[in-house]
Amino acid sequence: MSPYEDLIIDHWRHPRNKGTLPDPDVDVTEANVPCGDVVRLQLKVRNGKVEDVRFDGRGCAISMASASLLTEMLKGKRLEELEKMRQEELLEALGGVIKPRLNCALLPFRTLRKALEALGETGSRVDPPSYR
Amino acid sequence: MRNVRGDFPVLARTVNGHPLVYLDSAATAQKPIQVIEAIARFYREANANVHRGLYALSVEATELYENARKKIAALIGARPEEVIFTRGTTESLNLLAYSLGEARVREGDGILVTVMEHHANLIPWQELARRKGAALSAVRITPDGELDMDDFRRRLSARTAVVAVTHISNVLGTINPIPEISREAHRVGALVVVDAAQSIPHLPVDVRELGCDFLAFSGHKMLGPTGIGVLWGRRELLEEMPPFLTGGEMIREVWIDRATWNDLPYKFEAGTPPIAQAVGLGAAVEYLAGLGMEEVRRHEEELTGLLLEGLKAREYVEIYGPREPQKRGGVVAFNLRGIHPHDVATLLDQEGIAIRAGHHCAQPLHRLLGVPASCRASVYVYNTPEEIELFLAALDGVWEQLG
Repeated sequence: MSPYEDLIIDHWRHPRNKGTLPDPDVDVTEANVPCGDVVRLQLKVRNGKVEDVRFDGRGCAISMASASLLTEMLKGKRLEELEKMRQEELLEALGGVIKPRLNCALLPFRTLRKALEALGETGSRVDPPSYR
Repeated sequence: MRNVRGDFPVLARTVNGHPLVYLDSAATAQKPIQVIEAIARFYREANANVHRGLYALSVEATELYENARKKIAALIGARPEEVIFTRGTTESLNLLAYSLGEARVREGDGILVTVMEHHANLIPWQELARRKGAALSAVRITPDGELDMDDFRRRLSARTAVVAVTHISNVLGTINPIPEISREAHRVGALVVVDAAQSIPHLPVDVRELGCDFLAFSGHKMLGPTGIGVLWGRRELLEEMPPFLTGGEMIREVWIDRATWNDLPYKFEAGTPPIAQAVGLGAAVEYLAGLGMEEVRRHEEELTGLLLEGLKAREYVEIYGPREPQKRGGVVAFNLRGIHPHDVATLLDQEGIAIRAGHHCAQPLHRLLGVPASCRASVYVYNTPEEIELFLAALDGVWEQLG
């Protein structure tokens, strides 16, 4: 298995849902400090469903491809479904990730968990985009 | 230099179906069979605690341990009682920051470091400055990645108590002018601490020529085992400093409410020391002395030259640090345009090539370079020109795939 399946290269070169939303219900940022990878995730929620999603950030091919792929998995999903989502689902969707790079692949998943927690607590949370 | 690859068992293995090309000796060096055997032989034939047994086995173990100290002293031109065994460079520098800090650093004093320091030669001084109310300041580098000596002179003052500087940068590879730094620092009464983790393994070092007051290095980067390092210091300063760790071995007389300290170097070696590791390090020093440190340096300068030429010839590569191999150790940090270093390291690993990618425990330096991380290839006695070729060709492959 190559650690860089075509799927990863494709999502890295052509990220889906990249950018920012004008009025997100949640806007959170997570980072892998040692490698400098940063993922910002924004969700627009309506009737308990993810209506729209954007990610932004910088980092290695695996973390960025993972973020891009994750946004595709989120769109249209109910929040309860996302609460139950396991990290393995993302790793499988990526076609498997080698051990030393799990942290990179899972950064977007941790960002999603942070977003769900924020939604659970207050119904919305918008962090200032301070990572720039 | 003679081909030494046969002495290093690990180099015979494959990684991901390819022969291992190990280009991460700046992180830790591979071990020759002579070192592995010395450690095994010690445990098989001579294991006992040191300095207390009245029986033959303990006397033998003590002799082996103390012989290792003598070999290290000879390697760096020091006296054996000035050679203190620690757990590694990090512990050596922490010992200094505590003990020397206690003896010599007062509120308002200056502590001078450089922006190219490994965190191990930065954080202990940061913490000391915080504890004592001293002022920490960092010497800048030039655009070529050399120490800015004018900036050094500007920051140096009569209030400067300690100058802590790396001999060779573990990222830029820069060889710093320690004799000049020592002269200038001593002129204002400051003491000089040298982080020699990246220099002792790779070039001839004589503490008298460097003119510094303290020198710290690790065993595992110089073909020896992990878990052992060295702090060398001038006798009169070590005498003046209070102990760092306390307990057994470092004491002379003990009462319930007080104690007196053992002689050097034992005053700084509390508890049972890393005996087998010292024996292994002694074997490593012997191995390096057999090759000749001048030869080691010549070999690495040649490989570093090939590495730099190859990287310079690739327009997609950005190199950090001096461009001339004479000005640097065998460490080259670089980036491929627009590609994260972790991706580079992962793809090279697929070809059996081991390099380091990350901030190399030098975050302030990377912030200065304007990158979150970098790739780093480093060479040692067992690397060959053919391996540099393989590495450069594999880099082209990475660029084809991700560039």
